[in-house]
Amino acid sequence: MKATTMNAVNVASNPQLEQGRSLWYDAYLRIKKDKVAVISFFTICFYLVLTLLSSLGVIFDNYGVVDNSLTYLPPSWDHWFGTDLFGRDVLARAVHGTKTSLVVGFAGTGIAMAIGTVLGACSGYFGGKVDDLIVWFYTTIDTIPYILLVVAFSFVLGPSLLTLCLAIGLTAWVRHCRIVRAEYIKHRDLDYVQGAAALGASHARRIFLHILPNVFHLVLINFSLGFVGAVKSEVILSFLGLGVEPGTPSWGVMINDAKQELFRGVWWNLAAATLFMFFLVLAFNLFTDALRDALDPKLKNK
Amino acid sequence: MAKFIIRRTLYMIPILLGIALITFLLFNMAGGDPAAQAAGKYATAERIEEIRTELGLDGPLYVQFGRHVQQMLTFDFGRSWATKQTISSMITSGIDASMSLTVPTLIITQIITIALALFIAFFRGTLFDKTSLIVCLALLSFSSLVYILYGQFSLAFNAGLFPISGWDPSWVGRWQYLILPILIGVMLSLGGSVLFYRTVFIDQLHQDYVRTARSKGLSDNVIMYKHILRNALIPIITVVVAQMPFVIVGSLLIEAFFQIPGLGGMTYQAINNADFPVIKAMTMIGAILYLVFQLVADILYAVVDPRVQVR
Repeated sequence: MKATTMNAVNVASNPQLEQGRSLWYDAYLRIKKDKVAVISFFTICFYLVLTLLSSLGVIFDNYGVVDNSLTYLPPSWDHWFGTDLFGRDVLARAVHGTKTSLVVGFAGTGIAMAIGTVLGACSGYFGGKVDDLIVWFYTTIDTIPYILLVVAFSFVLGPSLLTLCLAIGLTAWVRHCRIVRAEYIKHRDLDYVQGAAALGASHARRIFLHILPNVFHLVLINFSLGFVGAVKSEVILSFLGLGVEPGTPSWGVMINDAKQELFRGVWWNLAAATLFMFFLVLAFNLFTDALRDALDPKLKNK
Repeated sequence: MAKFIIRRTLYMIPILLGIALITFLLFNMAGGDPAAQAAGKYATAERIEEIRTELGLDGPLYVQFGRHVQQMLTFDFGRSWATKQTISSMITSGIDASMSLTVPTLIITQIITIALALFIAFFRGTLFDKTSLIVCLALLSFSSLVYILYGQFSLAFNAGLFPISGWDPSWVGRWQYLILPILIGVMLSLGGSVLFYRTVFIDQLHQDYVRTARSKGLSDNVIMYKHILRNALIPIITVVVAQMPFVIVGSLLIEAFFQIPGLGGMTYQAINNADFPVIKAMTMIGAILYLVFQLVADILYAVVDPRVQVR
């Protein structure tokens, strides 16, 4: 290795060398170098800003304005993506649909990550009976067809935005739980955890304060993966009539409306929802990929 | 080996009980009053009571749960609320339509994606590889509904290349209705499948046996097609076996759009009509099939790969 002959000045002037750099800083440097990842990140930020501004009513506050004389106007300067059945501006509805998708994505995946992390951590850390019980539970959930499980949850809870988040959150945690469990099994007997135990740290403290920061990159990667799944599930559930309350702008509802409209030549509803969804999901997909490469130590140097 | 299979089969029992418990909680307890829903909006209180007795919902919970488990094990799920037919007869009549859609889709997808992934893995690290990666992720970024809607609209409705939807029960006549659905089915899994196999092949490329083969002076083509493809058989088998439950229960969305009278289309109708017994039956059948094929995969795994520990 060259590094052994290198002095401190050289290391400082050569950021390519990995000299005691933290995982997070290292990941930041890797992602910063990856143009695709940077573009994806700013695309996601753009969507966030768009949602924030439209929710505050700063832009596109005309999304609910009904004018029956404007039914199905094709795209024009006034309406970039035309109008829908009720004469509402399709672009404005697509922009407001972003909020629904982001809420479902963040809240649904957030719930899934919380359940998966806590169950996976307890399962892997304690082992024994606790482990058996949790493994049995997630194996069972995993066995049931995902979409039918979500459908069943939606039926029980009744269609609303909250239901969507809960249905996705309560079903999408299994994969993450498995991964976290495997990590905790690896970590629980390592020296630093035993050191913490010797200092009198409680189980909860060891699980959440000592081990969790060391596996948190997996939470981040799986969050990003799960987000894409949640946004896609929202569209499918809306198509099945189990989505948001009627009247709430959502890409799923727009795509669902398109199934009749298309055959009347109205393609702009589908086009707007597809394009908005495509760029958000693609950005997340590409960013997840970069994140995984940057944070997963096993893939490093490959 | 026999011991392994028996142990593995016994392990299914607690999972089966878990499936029974969760479907019971979701459909029999939390899903409102099934008797009132079965009776419809304008039923009298007496009629609802009658149905309650008919459906066996008047007993204590453990009796109801016992009946639920019995239903699951005997595949006798009662009658549909919407069509009044027995669910088991609906399932047997839908299975061939579903499979004539899903079997060709699975086979074509595997052949195309394995070939593409081998090709991409061959050029790993190049610009072509990176572009393919982005293209695959882009393919994955469309909703499956968009593929179906757009495929049906542009290829069937606009171009008139295929019938828009429909079905012919005869084995010869049905294919004209199936070509477009199969095409769309292949498109749906193309991106994800290519990405998966690319990772499988690249993982293999880092193995010692590849280095040995190279140092022996074998050409890249021989290594690719003879050594790597053979070693990648295990993940391929795993993927195909894992897909089998979906091959049997069909494709919910594609069958709904193209009016293919298979199990997927049936489930879609049931969701639209809030036909609980059918949804419950399909949920349980899907779960049991998944479990059974998981067992098959594990056994195949142990047969194919001698390194898998049979305990």
